[in-house]
Amino acid sequence: MRLDVILRITAKLILPMMLLFAVYVQFHGDYGPGGGFQAGVIAGATVILYALIYGLGATMVVVPVAVVEALIPLGVLVYAATGVMGLLTGGNFLDYSHLADDEVHGQEWGVFVVELGVFVTVASTMVAIFYAVAGRGRR
Amino acid sequence: MMLLSMLAVTTVGVVRARNLFAVAVLSGVYSFLMASVLIVLDAVDVAMTEATVGAGISMVLVLGVLHLTKTDEARPVHRALLPLFVATVTAAILVWAVSALPPFGIADAPIHVAGPDYLARSLAETGIANVVTSVLASYRGFDTLGETVVIFTAGIAVLMLLKRTPSGRGGESS
Amino acid sequence: MKELVGNLAAHFNQWITVFLMVSGLYIVIARGNMIKKLIGLSLFQTSVYLLYISPGKILGGTAPILEDGVSVYANPLPHVLILTAIVVGVATLALGLALVVRINEAYGTIEEDEIFERDTRG
Repeated sequence: MRLDVILRITAKLILPMMLLFAVYVQFHGDYGPGGGFQAGVIAGATVILYALIYGLGATMVVVPVAVVEALIPLGVLVYAATGVMGLLTGGNFLDYSHLADDEVHGQEWGVFVVELGVFVTVASTMVAIFYAVAGRGRR
Repeated sequence: MMLLSMLAVTTVGVVRARNLFAVAVLSGVYSFLMASVLIVLDAVDVAMTEATVGAGISMVLVLGVLHLTKTDEARPVHRALLPLFVATVTAAILVWAVSALPPFGIADAPIHVAGPDYLARSLAETGIANVVTSVLASYRGFDTLGETVVIFTAGIAVLMLLKRTPSGRGGESS
Repeated sequence: MKELVGNLAAHFNQWITVFLMVSGLYIVIARGNMIKKLIGLSLFQTSVYLLYISPGKILGGTAPILEDGVSVYANPLPHVLILTAIVVGVATLALGLALVVRINEAYGTIEEDEIFERDTRG
């Protein structure tokens, strides 16, 4: 029996709950404390915890380096695209009012998409920085 | 008030500790205490961000870099008189400046000129109950775009500096 | 005496903020180890968050999440600014730490005095 059995079993129980909590914080940012940044950091911390317990190699199989590095600019692009959509639908840059039928729904859609972009960028940046720092000392 | 005193004690520990591992752990404790203070001050979004970012990511990064550099802090070579003098003078100036601020917690301080406007408009115009989120993503959305670009830039820069390519050489060679 | 204690309690927040700020400043200028300087800088930044958020609190109010039955809320504007500041702070910390790793690989040390000495020697 390996010495880190307790860590591994506990991680298997906690990691899915951490990921679920990150998604909960992301989508409940409208009704309680939360939003894109907190959720992105919690999701990044989930992957980092997995790497700390199961090793960097196993983590890079589950969350490949190329995917993480491709996701970093994707969030920024989503945010900027929402802004440009505001321009195309007849308002100013980042004006969400015309994205749906009436103003309030447009604002809600705009905030939803924008927070999603922030979540993607923050989570993938945290994981990418961890991969870079942890992978530096291997040789 | 007790939380603030614990913050001050932790800070003294960070200044005096020489083992860098202890400094990293103390900075994590400091972030956690700061998050608790922020909750007492009714800033729940900020407290959540400070707890995750400060006590989570920040500590992981410092510990990871400590593993790569493997040093302890050396004994200081110069005497600490000049920095101590500068610090004390700065503290005196700041205390004198800060004592002119309005006392804690009253409702008609000048800082409250712009805030209640957003509180009144948020539900009607955006339908979002969390005013911090609606101001962050909708009323001041341009600042948040800049913030996301800052995170993106930091991530790209760290990757440029530290990433090892499969050929063996990592980062910029300059 | 009671007035002095009341005055102290009203300004205790601000004095602790000044103390944290000055400790962060002292670490940055007085210590030579680069990682400790970076941690001192982040200490300085968190004291600035405290400086901004404590005037936003209203005694008897609550968090700025709109609810029925509550009429006094804390000011949300400083919260938004400080949220951005926290995230930018961690971004600069990550970048600073990456630079420290590269400096360590190039010079073999992260103490400022030894690095200057090595540079001036040749």
